[in-house]
This record gives sequence, C-alpha cells and structure tokens, in this order.
Amino acid sequence: MSETVEQNYFIPEPSRWPIVAVVGLFTTVLGLALWLNDVSLGSVILIAGALIVTYLFFGWFGDVIDENLTGKYSQEVDRSFRQGMFWFIASEVSFFATFFGCLYYIRNISLMYLGGEGQLGTSNILWEGFQYAWPLVNLPDVTDYTQLKEAMGPWGIPAYNTLILLSSGATVTWAHHGLKSNNHNHLIWGLVATITLGVIFFSLQVYEYRHAYSDLGLTLNSGIYGSTFYMLTGFHGFHVTIGTIMLIVILVRSIKGHFTPDNHFAFEAVAWYWHFVDVVWLGLFVFVYWL
Amino acid sequence: MMSKPIAVCAKLSLLLTSFFTTPVFAAYEYNLPTPVAPLTTQMYELHMLTAKIATVIMIVVIAIVVFAIIKFRKSKGYEADQEFHNTAFGIWSWILVPIIVLGIDLTIAGSASDALSQVEDYSEADMTVKVTGSQWKWTYDYMDDDIRIVSNMLTKEEAGEHYLRAVDNPLVLPVNRRIRFLHTSTDVLHAWWVPQIVYKKDSIPGYINETWTVIEKEGTYRGQCAENCGTGHAFMPIVVEALSQEKYDEWLTTKKLAMASAAAEASADKVWTRQTLVSRGEKIYNTNCATCHQVNGLGITGVFPALVGSRIATGAISDHINIVMNGKSGTAMAPWAGQLNDLEIAAVITYERNAWSNNTGDVVQPADIKSARK
Amino acid sequence: MSAVIHEELHHEAPPTGFKRWLYSTNHKDIGTMYLIFALVMLFVGGAMAMLIRAELFMPGLQIVNPDFYNNLVTDHALIMIFGMVMPAAAGMANWMIPMMIGAPDMALPRMNNMSFWLLPAAAILLLSSMAVSLIPGTGTPVNTGWTIYPPLSLQTGMGMDLLIFAVHLLGVSSIMASINIVTTILNMRAPGMTLMKMPLFVWSWLFTGLLLILVMPVLAGGITMLLFDRHFGTSFFDAAGGGDPVLFQHLFWFFGHPEVYVLLLPSIGVLGLVIPTFSRKPLFGYKPLVYFMVFLFALSLVVWAHHQYTIGMSLGVTTYFMIGTILISIPIGLMIFNFIFTMWRGAMTFETPMLFGIAIIIMFSFAGVTGVMLAVVPADLQYHDTYFVVAHFHYALIPGAVFGLYAGVFYWLPKWTGHMYDETLGKIFFWWTTLSFNLTFFPQHFSGLAGMPRRIVDYNIMYVEFNQISSIGGFLFGLSHLLFLYIIIKTVKGGEKAPAKPWEGAQIGTPGLEWTLPSPPPFHTFTTPPQIK
Ligand code: HEA
Ligand code: HEA
Ligand code: CUA
Ligand SMILES: [Cu+2]
Repeated sequence: MSETVEQNYFIPEPSRWPIVAVVGLFTTVLGLALWLNDVSLGSVILIAGALIVTYLFFGWFGDVIDENLTGKYSQEVDRSFRQGMFWFIASEVSFFATFFGCLYYIRNISLMYLGGEGQLGTSNILWEGFQYAWPLVNLPDVTDYTQLKEAMGPWGIPAYNTLILLSSGATVTWAHHGLKSNNHNHLIWGLVATITLGVIFFSLQVYEYRHAYSDLGLTLNSGIYGSTFYMLTGFHGFHVTIGTIMLIVILVRSIKGHFTPDNHFAFEAVAWYWHFVDVVWLGLFVFVYWL
Repeated sequence: MMSKPIAVCAKLSLLLTSFFTTPVFAAYEYNLPTPVAPLTTQMYELHMLTAKIATVIMIVVIAIVVFAIIKFRKSKGYEADQEFHNTAFGIWSWILVPIIVLGIDLTIAGSASDALSQVEDYSEADMTVKVTGSQWKWTYDYMDDDIRIVSNMLTKEEAGEHYLRAVDNPLVLPVNRRIRFLHTSTDVLHAWWVPQIVYKKDSIPGYINETWTVIEKEGTYRGQCAENCGTGHAFMPIVVEALSQEKYDEWLTTKKLAMASAAAEASADKVWTRQTLVSRGEKIYNTNCATCHQVNGLGITGVFPALVGSRIATGAISDHINIVMNGKSGTAMAPWAGQLNDLEIAAVITYERNAWSNNTGDVVQPADIKSARK
Repeated sequence: MSAVIHEELHHEAPPTGFKRWLYSTNHKDIGTMYLIFALVMLFVGGAMAMLIRAELFMPGLQIVNPDFYNNLVTDHALIMIFGMVMPAAAGMANWMIPMMIGAPDMALPRMNNMSFWLLPAAAILLLSSMAVSLIPGTGTPVNTGWTIYPPLSLQTGMGMDLLIFAVHLLGVSSIMASINIVTTILNMRAPGMTLMKMPLFVWSWLFTGLLLILVMPVLAGGITMLLFDRHFGTSFFDAAGGGDPVLFQHLFWFFGHPEVYVLLLPSIGVLGLVIPTFSRKPLFGYKPLVYFMVFLFALSLVVWAHHQYTIGMSLGVTTYFMIGTILISIPIGLMIFNFIFTMWRGAMTFETPMLFGIAIIIMFSFAGVTGVMLAVVPADLQYHDTYFVVAHFHYALIPGAVFGLYAGVFYWLPKWTGHMYDETLGKIFFWWTTLSFNLTFFPQHFSGLAGMPRRIVDYNIMYVEFNQISSIGGFLFGLSHLLFLYIIIKTVKGGEKAPAKPWEGAQIGTPGLEWTLPSPPPFHTFTTPPQIK
C-alpha cells in the first residue's frame, strides 16, 4: 500500500480556498487603506476582510487536515510541506533582518552624520547644538514629535521575557520528545506549558507598552528610538501572537490524537516557527534593549 | 510637422556613425557638454574612455555573432560540431573568458580611482556656497559674505529658447577659485547639477552633501534639478554666471549695497501708495508665484489653484497674509516668510488683491506684515 | 492496484466552467492564466508608455499635467515589472518546470493558484491608486516614480497607500510563487533527473526564486516603514526625528538590484534552451553557466548602492560598490559568450525564437556595457537620473527580459497550443519590434548625455529631435504588439498541427521531458514518475 502511494503523486481537488484567501486579503488591505484615510466604511470593510481571512484558515487547514488523516499524503507531499515551511521562515528571517539593518544604519550612520561626524558630518550645522547619544532622547528638532522622557532598560521585564521565551523553547522540544516517544501526557503538558509561557510573555509585553506610553513618554511619535523600538518589538509581538494561536491549534489536534510519532509535520512546523520567534527575541534583547 | 522627424532621422543616421568618435556637428548636443572645470574634465575623459571600451566590446561581440551567422548555417549544409565543447578551448574557456573580462573591468575601475578620490577630496576651499533646494526654486547662501540669492524659473515669455533652463537671478561665481558647495533641502530630495562645472549630489532635507569645483572659463552655465521633487520637478532650472575676479568683486559690492538698502526700506515703517505696491508686487509675483499660479492668475486646473476671484485673494486679508507667509502644509504652497521681506510680501499681496479682476482695492502695508511676524 | 488509487485521486478530464479557472490546482491552467494576465498588463503598461511618449513628442504640456505624468511613469514601471515580466516568467515556470523535471504538478498546487489570483487583486489596487487622484480631496497623485522615495512619497495622497498595499500583495504573491517553484525543483524531480541534468531554464528559475524569497521581504519592510511614517507619526525617514530619507533608498535598492536579475534570469534560461536547439549543438559550458549563476546570485545581493552614488558615501564605500558592480560583467559576460560559442560551429537555422535569441545577445550586451559605464562612479555623477539611465535600463529590460519571454512564447507556443505559429508573421514581428525598439531607445542615450533629466513632463527645445524620434519609434513599437497579439490568437485558434517535438534540435544537450509529451500535453502529466536513464 504505502509503496503504491509513494508511486502516485497526490494532486488536490480544485479548491475554493485560494480565491477566498485572495478576496479576504484584498478586502482587508482595501479596508485598511480607506480607514487610514478616514473614509467612511473603511473600518467596516477592514473587519469584513479580517473575518473572511479567519474563515479561510479554518476552511483551508481543515481540508489539509482531512486529507492528511485519510492518508492521502505520500512522503513526497510531506517533504514539500517541510521545504515550503523552511523557505517561508527564510523569508521571515530576511523580513526581520531588514528592521535590524535599519536600526544599525540609523545608529551607526545617520545619527553620526547628524551629530557632526563622518562623510556628511557638516549636516550638524543644520541642527544647532544637537548631540548624538543612544538611546536618542533629545531629537534634532522636537516640534513635530513628543519628548521622550526615558528609554526602556534591559533588566526587568525584558530580561524576564527572555527567560520565559527561552524556557518555552525548551518546553516545545520536550513536548516533541513526548510525541516521538508516543507519550501522550508528556506531549499535552509540554504544549500547555509552552502556550502558558507564550501568553505570559504576551501579557508582560502589553504591560510594558502601557508603561512605556504612560510613564516613559516612549511612543511611536517620540522620534527614531520609539520608531525602531515599536517596529521591532511590535512585529515580534505580532509573531508571538500568531505562534501562540498555532500552538493552541496544535494542542487541540494533539488532544484529538491527530499526530503519530512518524507523521506530525504540523507540529514540527509550528515548533520551527516558535524557535524562530525565540531567536528573533534574543536579537531584540541584545540590540534593542541592551546595547 | 511630418517632414521634421524625417529630417531628424537623416541626422540620426549620421550620428550613429559618429557616436563616440570625433563629433561631426560640434554645435549639436548629443554628448556630455564640454567641461570647464578640472573634475568635470576628468569625468568627461572617463566617460569617453568607457564609451570607447564599450564600443570596442560591442564591435567584437557583433563581429563574432555575424561571422557565426554567416558561416555556420544549416542551409549551407554545415554539420554541427558536436565535440566543440570538448576541445581544449571548450574545456578552458570558462576560465579564459572571465580572466579577460576581469582584465577589462580592472582597467575601467583603475582609470576611475583618481577622479573618485578627487570627488571625495574636501580640502579647504576659497569660498563656500550653501545651495538649498525647495519646491521649486533654488536658494544660494554665500557663507563667507552673507548674501542670499533666490532663483526662480523664468516664464516662457521671458526665457525664450532657454525656457526650462533659465532663471531670474543666476548664481554668480568667480573663475579660478576653489568653490565648495553645501547641498541641502527644505522639503524633498532635489539634485543640483550643472554638467559643465559641477557633477550632481543629492540635496537631502536635514543632511548636507558636498561638491566642489574650480571654474576655468567665464560664461553662463545651465542645468536642471536632477532628482524627482514632484509637481515642479521639470520647472526648477539652474543657471551659473562665472565672472572674472574683478567683475565678481564689483557685482559683490553692488549686490551688498542693494540688499542693505532694500532691507532698510523694508524695515522703515513707511506707508506706501497702492500703485507702487502693486507695481512692485507684480514683479515679485511674476518671478515667484507665476510658475504655479500663472501670470494670468488662473493657475492650472486640478494642480494649482487660481487666484482670480479666489476665496483667499478676495476674502479676509488676515487669511491671505497667513497663507502667503506660512504656506499650506501638504500642498505645493510654500511659506514665504523666510524668503521675502516685509515690503515684498506686502507688495505681492496687494498686487494679488488688485490684479486681474480682483479689484478689492485693499492695501497691505509692510507694517502689517511686521506685526504678523510676531 | 496503482491504477485504481490513481483514478480515485483525480479524474483526467479538466473540470468545466468558471471553476476550472477560479479553483484551479493545475499547473498548466494556472500557467495559462499567468501568461494571459501578463499579456493584458503588457498592453495596459504599454498604453501608459504610449501616453508618456505622446506627451514627450513635443515640448510643452499637451496631454497630461505634471503630477499625472509622473503618476503614469510610476504605474508604467510597476505594471511592466510586477504585472508583465514577472507574471510571464512565472507562467512559463508553471507550464514548463513540472513537465521538464517530470513532476505531475507544482509542489503546492493550491498555494500556486493563490499566488496567481493575488495578481489581479494587486493590479486593481494599483490602478485605483491612480484613479483616486482624480477624486478631489485625495491629495497629490503618486508622482514619485516607481522608487517612491521619501520625503516626496510622504507628501503624496491616498493613492500612495493603495500603491503600498498593492505592492504588499504583489510581494506576497511572488514570495509564494517562489517558495512553490523552489520546492518543486528541489523535491519533485523524477527519479534520475539529477540537478546537473536539469535544463538551464530550471536552474535560472531556482536562483530567481531564491532571490525573491530573500529580497521581497526587504521591500515589504521598507514600504511598511513608509506607511508608518505616513500615518503613525514615526520618523524613520525624517531627520528632525533622527531618521534618514536615504535609509529608504538602501532598502529599496537592496530589493531593487537583485530584482533586475529576477527579471533577467528566466530569459537567460530560455536562451539556454533556444540557442542550442536552433544551433543543433549542446549548450556550451553548461556546468560553468550553473556555477557562475551562483556567483551572480551572491554578487547581486551586495552591489545595490550603485543606484545611489549621489547620496554621498565615503571613498571606501563608493569604491567597493563600484568594483563590485563592474565585476557583475564576469558572470553575465560568461553567459553571453557561452551562448555565442554554442552557436559557433553549430548548424543554425533562424526560426523566430532563434532570431530573438541572437538579437538579445547583441542588444543585451549593449545594455550591459552601458551598465558598466554607469557603474563607474565619477561618470555616473553625470549620468545619474538622466535619460542615459532610461536608455540603459530599457535596453536591459526589453531585450534582456521581455524579448527573452517573446522567444519563450514562440518556442513553446506549439507545445502549449498544439499548433505551429505562422513563421512568416513571426519573422515580420521580430524585425518590426527590434528595429522600432532601437529607434525608440537608442536616441535616449544622446538626450541623456546632453543633459535631459528623467521624470520631467516638459523639456527644453534642445532635446526635441531625439524625443520625436523616440516617440515615433515608441508608437511603431507599440503597434507591433498588435501583430504579436494577432499571431498568438491565430495560433491558439488553429493552424498546422504541432508534433510532440516541433523543433529538430530540441532534444539536444540537457533536455527536459517536455518534448516527450504530446502537443498539447494532456491535462495531467506524469501521474506516475517517469524514469530517466
Ligand atoms: C533586466 C534588468 C537590468 C539588468 C540585467 C541590468 C544590468 C546592469 N545594470 Fe542596470 N538598471 C536597471 C535594469 C537592469 N540593469 C534598471 C531598471 C535601472 C534603473 C532603476 C531606476 O533608477 O529606475 C538600472 C540602473 C542601473 C544603474 C544606476 C544608474 C543611475 O541611476 O545612476 C547602474 C549603475 O551602476 C546599473 C548598472 C548595471 C550593471 C553593471 C549591470 C550588469 O549586470 C551588466 C552586465 C552585462 C554585461 C557587462 C554585458 C555582457 C558582458 C560582456 C559582453 C563581456 C565584456 C564586458 C565588459 C568587460 C564590461 N544599472
Ligand atoms: C519591463 C519593464 C519595462 C518595459 C517593457 C517598458 C516599456 C516601455 N517604456 Fe518604460 N520604464 C520602465 C520599465 C519598462 N518600460 C521603468 C522601470 C521605468 C522607470 C520609471 C521611473 O522613472 O520611475 C520606465 C520609464 C520609462 C520612460 C521614462 C519616463 C520618465 O522618466 O519621464 C519612458 C519614456 O520614454 C518609457 C517608455 C517606454 C516605452 C515606449 C516602452 C515600450 O516598450 C512599450 C511598448 C509596448 C506597448 C506599447 C504595448 C501596448 C500596445 C498598445 C497599447 C497598442 C496600441 C498602440 C499604440 C496606440 C501605438 N519608460
Ligand atoms: Cu527639484 Cu527636481
Ligand atoms: Cu542595479
């Protein structure tokens, strides 16, 4: 049997999900564009789009799960999924690399020029008395911006978050071992622990943001320090959220007993993703909070 | 209409034969204009060198291809040589070709290195001019003797054949002095470029870029803004007048006197008649405002608002003063408070309120502007 | 047994009605949709180009106002690059790669359909970004050019937001397509189809896909920051807040330069099949070509700043970027010469694809050498942002990318439709396009050197001659595409039946399996893996 399956490629039936996906994405971004230019109905369209996308995920992944459970997939399809996920994460890596690159460029080139050093050092004459320091508290010209009171220090919440995410990385791996050694409880509790840690991380992050806005005057509008800070931590937080949701789905599926020691790509995909989010955080902790 | 393009095609076919070789029509513009500064001269020579290398490479490539096409065609019963890639050449060409190409590459790069270090050489200059681009005009500040020149495009009528390459107040510079330019901008990216004397560096808002030159010949040199800066990008020309040292010094003194008297005149709380204000205002309007709002005050529908009968130009004076002095953010309307003195602003507003069919009869005095400045 | 499973897995007959296209999971149907979409966009982007040329036919403002002109320029570029060249190349990849490597379909067929249907959605957004500017109160049109540099792109109105989201969708689409193609190539090859047996087209698409996976997210990041500066008060590109407008240029060109090889490589791949076929001789130096593509891949990621020589960089940095850029002539030079050596001592015939192949070798080399001229920093400080650049990149883009795709179209039309195209019409089209193309863009070198800047709606009379030749050439070039359209429709409708292997030399060198299939191939091919000896 397995031998013949190996022989015959699997080609999915015509599916309506791709179209739904496109319609969903289109509606979402259209709504966003209208909403940003405060056109009436913008927000409504945006929400509609978001709903379509959610519906889509249930539908599409639902199909994939059914096909998988009914044993339609050959090893080859499994390999395709793995490689696809790998290349997706690769593109995510370069997405985050972009923002780290920007942080580097701003800190070591642009601000140096504005501060009067380097190739374009003369720029300083345009900004009377501006001096370069990082975190950048005193902007070249604050008129269009809100004054930053104090920068976000690394020790405290960020340090805790580092520990939390690292241990969550350990717990998924632990769960994975459980799965491989066919130890159900081991798997479930590993996942539960990971999800809990993810949620704690997220809540701490929310708390930190509120602290930053209310106490530190650290906002999107407080100059380049705030901009880079929220761009990096924000997108990371967004990925943590996605990751947690995916983990919850995996948990449900594990409880339903979808996974076997030798067939559990979905689990591994999510695990990879989670580890990726971990590593990004390490970068954040070092370059955004610490140095 | 139709005959012209044909004549042109004839011209071009001649050009193709003469491209990159000694110019056949010296008068005809088809290559970088003749440089008059050491650095642009180096660039010109570099350009001619690389262009010649390019031509040679193209000749080689075309020659081989054409030869192959003529010789190795099936219709001539030529049998394909299936072993060609196993000949010594076939086996070694993968290293042969890159080495040759690398050779040419390094020659090119090498011949550029000198000019390159020249470009980046910021040793002390005899005089410094700060060149500020704004939508859509150039402002020149002589750092050493505080003179400011604001130069705007001339209208079709005034400019004639040089339309889009002619300005009201050119930048005046002495010859044979090392001049350092500081490039910056007040709004978006621009690029100050006068091919014969200065290469281009971008004017970046908030940052300062540097170029330098030594003009070797008196004359008038023209250029255009070379970085897309929006609606008026095609309409911000550059003109440089290069004068001998004596003429330049003369110009400098007269210019300083003129500026001083103008400033004095403007600051004096003198009350002006409507006629004088209108006539002064007309000049200012035609040089500063007409590029967008047009000489006839009708603007360009959908792009630049008309002033004839407009709410601003015929409504409350305070609004009018405000928009002229502080501009309208998010639009092309620039703040003029920093560009014009009290008298000039008063004059131009008075003109706008009385010109064309705007016969409001209002008069705005420099004093009003002065109080508005506080 | 296997037959039974095979039946229950999928019915052979294509589904009927609109579902066949909307819900498709078939690489051939999706490929066809890609190609049709690209053809439509060629005409849309081309019509914009026609407007541009018409406006530039004479000095003065005749047809459009300055803002709308540069809006045309912006959308012309984006539509031609993202809407025409990339989809056309992706369409060919969809059609041919699975058949070449003996796979039944793409690795992820459903995602494949999604990456296509994202394109029409993006196109709608892009065109509406142009349309909204006609509605009063939506701010300035997108008059920035396709490089959407801030701060100018911060001044523009609602159109820019729609454009940003359009580009986001285009990015998602091409990342998905690339993931799909790369996975297909690495995972779906039939037993025996080793990497080093793959046709060059497959190789070139492997690197194209990898490039896109790496650089598309960078563009996405850049335009996202732009969006934040526009609406959420961040200061990435504003010096007053400690930011830097130039930062965006680095992001854009870190994407933008590899992008030009994304456009080039698929066509190089097509040449790698066309030239040997019609020279009846194996591709000269197949292995070196593959290895130098790796070289090109690496190099293309580290030379982006040659688009920004004028921003003011230190001597060391500029020198590095200059030398790096010039070195690109090594891998591409090798490609060009290997194609020439493939023709050398071959038995050439000159069907339309081959004619395009030869024309590309010559005209793209020309684009290349002007590119190397541009790479020389001190000279570029004079060339930059003039029509010399415009001439360079149209020579690169049209022969380098577009003509390569035309060659592919004529080469594979028999396979796709099962009919031979009309050879004489093909030849007429070839001569008409190549001549009118050169008439359009060769003069722009001169007007550029004489000092005519890019992106200007009105110009001084000293440039009038060259612009008029250029416009006339442009119109002729445009009209030639109506013939192109006619040829394609005629071939689809009917014509002489095409054999499985319409080209005598097609099987030579490192052939794919596409020629072992009938023309047109059945709806599903290779449902059981073929064996390559
Ligand atoms: C398909 C697209 C494509 C391709 C393949 C290329 C290829 C190259 N391009 Fe081009 N380029 C563009 C599309 C492309 N370009 C576009 C769209 C722009 C403008 C973007 C914008 O501003 O809007 C641009 C702009 C551009 C600039 C910026 C100009 C400016 O704005 O000031 C530069 C500068 O270095 C450059 C250089 C090169 C070089 C060195 C190559 C090399 O890859 C060429 C290598 C090939 C050869 C050299 C020919 C073959 C080799 C031989 C025959 C061997 C012998 C040759 C030598 C020894 C030299 N290009
Ligand atoms: C693959 C990419 C691609 C392609 C194929 C083209 C194709 C053409 N492009 Fe261009 N172009 C770019 C990419 C491309 N372009 C880019 C990246 C820029 C830079 C934008 C910027 O500065 O931001 C640019 C900019 C650009 C400019 C400079 C504008 C400026 O700086 O002010 C010009 C001007 O002549 C131009 C012209 C043309 C012409 C005449 C064609 C022709 O080849 C088009 C021919 C095709 C058709 C015409 C098909 C349509 C046919 C019909 C509609 C039938 C009807 C025909 C008639 C009515 C005659 N393009
Ligand atoms: Cu200023 Cu273009
Ligand atoms: Cu480039």
